[in-house]
Amino acid sequence: MADPLLRLTGLTKAYPGVIANDDVNFDIGENEIHALLGENGAGKSTLVKMIYGLVKPDRGSMVLQGQDYTPSEPSEARQRGVGMVFQHFSLFDALNVAENVALGMENPPKTRELAERIRTVSEEYGLPLDPSRIVGTLSAGERQRVEIIRCLLQDPKLLIMDEPTSVLTPQEVDILFQTLNKLRAEGTSILYISHKLEEIRTLCDTATILRLGKKVATCTPKDTSARELAEMMVGASFATPEARQTTLGEVALKVANLSLPAPGAFGTPLRDVSLSVQRGEVLGIGGVAGNGQDELLAALSGERLSPAGSIELLGTDVSRQGPMARRDAGLLSGPEERLGHAAAPNMSLTENGVLTAARREGLLKNGFIDWAAAKDFTEKVISTFDVRTPSANTAARALSGGNLQKYVIGREIMQRPEVLVVNQPTWGVDAAAAAAIRQAILDLAANGAAIVVISQDLDELMEISDRFAALNEGRLTDAVPVAGLTIDTIGLMMGGAQDMEVAHA
Amino acid sequence: MDLSSINPVLLVASIMVSATPILLAAIGEMVVERAGVLNLGVEGMMITGAVVGFAVAINTGNPALGFAAAALASAVLSLSFGVLTQLLLSNQVATGLGLTLVGLGLSSLIGKPYEGMKSPTLPKLDMGFLSDLPVVGRMLFSHDLMVYLSLALVIVVWAVLKYTRIGLILRAVGENHDAAHALGYKVVRIRMMAIFFGGACAGLGGAYLSLVRVPQWTEGMTAGAGWIALAIVVFASWRAGRVAIGAYLFGGVTVLQLNLQAAGAAVPVALLSASPYLMTILVLVFISARGAHGAPASLGRPFHASA
Amino acid sequence: MIHLEKRPQPSQVWTVITPVLAVILTMIVGGMMFAALGKPPLEAIRTIFWDPLFHPQFAGYSRPQLLVKAGPLILIAIGLSVGFRAGIWNIGAEGQYIMGAICGAGASLALYPSDSILLFPMMVIAGALGGWAWSMIPAILKTKFGTNEILVSLMLVYVAESILASVSSGLLRNPDGMGFPGSRNFQQWDAAANKELIANTGMHWGVVFALIAVIAAYVLFARHIRGFQIRLSGEAPRAARFAGVNPNRIVIFCLGTAGALAGLAGLFEVTGPAGQISIDFNSGYGFTAIIVAFLGRLHPVGILLAGLLMALTYIGGELAQLMLGVPGASIQLFQGMLLFFLLATDVFTNYRIRFGQGAA
Repeated sequence: MADPLLRLTGLTKAYPGVIANDDVNFDIGENEIHALLGENGAGKSTLVKMIYGLVKPDRGSMVLQGQDYTPSEPSEARQRGVGMVFQHFSLFDALNVAENVALGMENPPKTRELAERIRTVSEEYGLPLDPSRIVGTLSAGERQRVEIIRCLLQDPKLLIMDEPTSVLTPQEVDILFQTLNKLRAEGTSILYISHKLEEIRTLCDTATILRLGKKVATCTPKDTSARELAEMMVGASFATPEARQTTLGEVALKVANLSLPAPGAFGTPLRDVSLSVQRGEVLGIGGVAGNGQDELLAALSGERLSPAGSIELLGTDVSRQGPMARRDAGLLSGPEERLGHAAAPNMSLTENGVLTAARREGLLKNGFIDWAAAKDFTEKVISTFDVRTPSANTAARALSGGNLQKYVIGREIMQRPEVLVVNQPTWGVDAAAAAAIRQAILDLAANGAAIVVISQDLDELMEISDRFAALNEGRLTDAVPVAGLTIDTIGLMMGGAQDMEVAHA
Repeated sequence: MDLSSINPVLLVASIMVSATPILLAAIGEMVVERAGVLNLGVEGMMITGAVVGFAVAINTGNPALGFAAAALASAVLSLSFGVLTQLLLSNQVATGLGLTLVGLGLSSLIGKPYEGMKSPTLPKLDMGFLSDLPVVGRMLFSHDLMVYLSLALVIVVWAVLKYTRIGLILRAVGENHDAAHALGYKVVRIRMMAIFFGGACAGLGGAYLSLVRVPQWTEGMTAGAGWIALAIVVFASWRAGRVAIGAYLFGGVTVLQLNLQAAGAAVPVALLSASPYLMTILVLVFISARGAHGAPASLGRPFHASA
Repeated sequence: MIHLEKRPQPSQVWTVITPVLAVILTMIVGGMMFAALGKPPLEAIRTIFWDPLFHPQFAGYSRPQLLVKAGPLILIAIGLSVGFRAGIWNIGAEGQYIMGAICGAGASLALYPSDSILLFPMMVIAGALGGWAWSMIPAILKTKFGTNEILVSLMLVYVAESILASVSSGLLRNPDGMGFPGSRNFQQWDAAANKELIANTGMHWGVVFALIAVIAAYVLFARHIRGFQIRLSGEAPRAARFAGVNPNRIVIFCLGTAGALAGLAGLFEVTGPAGQISIDFNSGYGFTAIIVAFLGRLHPVGILLAGLLMALTYIGGELAQLMLGVPGASIQLFQGMLLFFLLATDVFTNYRIRFGQGAA
């Protein structure tokens, strides 16, 4: 076998209280798409940060093309031919495409020349981009193109991609895979991070699986079943939600022709959104990130008021009522961002309980907070939802993402809502906790609540929803029953169709 | 009142002089804010510059040295703000206020022995035939070097931010420090340099007050100029050219009200002397009502490179 | 290599230790400053922090001064802390303090020489209203137009100072004052005077109100939902909106409270220790109170202690000026340093210092 492109030997990185990577060894070959697979917290991102020079390993070594490779900062990694496409945090909204690309390059050419190269390269790879567009106005898929082009302009030997498909429609995923295959054919290796098993089985030549910081196995995904991969990743089998009988009741939440302007320069306006959910039903709303998910949740929760007559809760118009009044009437919600939106990071779990449950749970007496009752309520949420925390007095930010998510969802469910609206209920949560949260949502529906789940995880939506609708640039499609939906239909609903034509042009 | 006593040529000339200290401080603060840092200590840095510049100019007899020392002293003082906010992650608003209070205390301590003294001032430049032009020569071409330097600085800052790589990196850091960090840029180092630059500019502005504009040292002589510089940055939507416009507008109001007071206008003196501040409030209201655009997205947010 | 690691939750211990540490650091560096000025450092520190309370000769005079100076500082700082907790940066307390004094004094002077027992309560209300109204300017501009309250409230200090200059030599000037600027002296007008309530303690109505404010703020933050909402707005503004807190109401409440308390402080000062409206009756309490609020960790009890400490540096500073010839401005610098050191050491509350290898 030929020498590998990159060989990792004994890579170890510890943070206080946690070993992120423990003696990890594997090779990435030339012309290879290599999957790095693992749950959240398995140590994938620490590993790639070491390869990209953002984090220094405590121990271990890397050899790139037969030479020692110890990047002390990303620019060194880039000089050695290693590029990275991030999942979050690496674009500048207020700057244009060319400026964003220039920032990721070591020696960018003159602006005009750079713009020309962006045009050429982006079209060559089927990812057309206008260099003078302001990045904040681009869709999630287009933003990813900026990152990919930024790497491609430096002719990388190794391209690291962190969960690239989480922001794409199925059709966009196809285009991306074509691009990646083309790159492989031209001699670029790709380290592809994901937890989506089917994707990896379609695309990747080799897969390395991490669990709790350790390498579990390196295998050929095409010869391994998704179930085997999943078990290696999770380390145990986990409960899938029980099938259930849906008995539908009256319409609990009805939204009619809701339009709202964008909340900020780079927000999404809601355009003529209509939906209705019955008691006992779960409505799943899919869509690529940034197509109005946050804005829809804010309109439903009451954070932003909407024109009179647009939102009806159990037959009453609540459009002009704020979050407190809507909660009193039985509409509870859970925003996507746990820290800072659903919960105040520096406040204790008890205080965060008061945040939404003050009135429904009778924690107030003449405006004074009954802290003992608040603590009781919090402890009830903690025990019912198996939130791992030292105590109810612990600050929210001290909890792991999964545990905090269980807490904020549990906090709403424990208040027995008539209608529950949640956005990304299992984002960044490990498989066991995600399963528990989904089960709790289904149980709530079974008890007669109407539920809206907004999520970018299509598998999740297919698993728990009765009907499915998609958000695209602030428009919501009609909801259709999930039974019998094909991935192509879903893709069209998510609005890939218009992007397609441009991309093939 | 006698409006004819107001000479338009002198008026324009004195507007340029009165705008210069605020322009210097504001252009420096704009660079700091473009890097994503809100330094509310401009007033404190200006007054430190004013007193240090004055003291050095008196002791050396050289106003140029005074300016240099003022820039250095305020820049060093601003580094304390940098260390606190960037390395020790303190709250930028509170630390900026603290910087102002420290600067006010420090300056009156240093300045006590210099009260009532007279310092050498900057000579007017002789710009050959330009200075000899009728009207325009007196208005625009017979000032001291700092007036022109401050305008040149505006152009330099504009060009650097727009056309150079360091300018691009600075804007990127102010826009999204997490992304800049992920790309390997040294967020803290870049912000420290911006803070240092902002401090130096504020120091020059302060020294201009004590060495040219007034020219004397009195306690608390900046009288809110640093805060007005902060307001001008907002007014300018973080653009260099508009900072210059804002500073000159403000200089205009200040000079006009002084002229009106001198001319004995039939307006209460309290209103006239408060007019620069009222005008600043009005401008702020106008800008915010229109929706303040262009604020760097990371402005005032603390950055901590977690793993 | 040294780096900072975020604590899972704020350290309770360090919250208490940092102010003490900041005071000690200020004493050390302040001592060095005095040494540089050619003054004996230890003696200067002792004169500032010890002598006002225990000096056999001066303590009798300076001890009551402690409450006199601490009263307004605490009153203003409590108001400021309410806003600071919500992330509302009212730094124009000095202006609200001046306007409270002008309104309270003006209301009574219009009734001169009334000797009604209702006169003083009426002045108290007028003073609070004056400060409140002045703080409503930034509050309304912020809620209506989103105008930055930091700059507006500060600009209004300068406006208030011009008004003060104007009325003390105009509208409110003592008609029997032979043309000198300054109003009538309230100490010579029984019905309108803020008198020492217990002889030789410095206890006056302002101190009483300050203590009431401390207790009220304590209850507000510990038990009341409004206090919770204020803290929530400061900690996580988005979470506050999600909870249903109306940010505009918080702005109005916080700025209004701060303005009213500052106005009260001004009224009590002008009718008591200062005695009259004059161009410089306001001794910068509105700014020093910012330091007091932070030094007290925005906690009512902390502010009570910090107010007393800051009052001590004022009195001690005057004493040091008198006995050692230490420049008066050095005290101002001293107070500024205290805030700086507090902010610097504050890092320990939320972060651990780690030595050794860390994130690059």
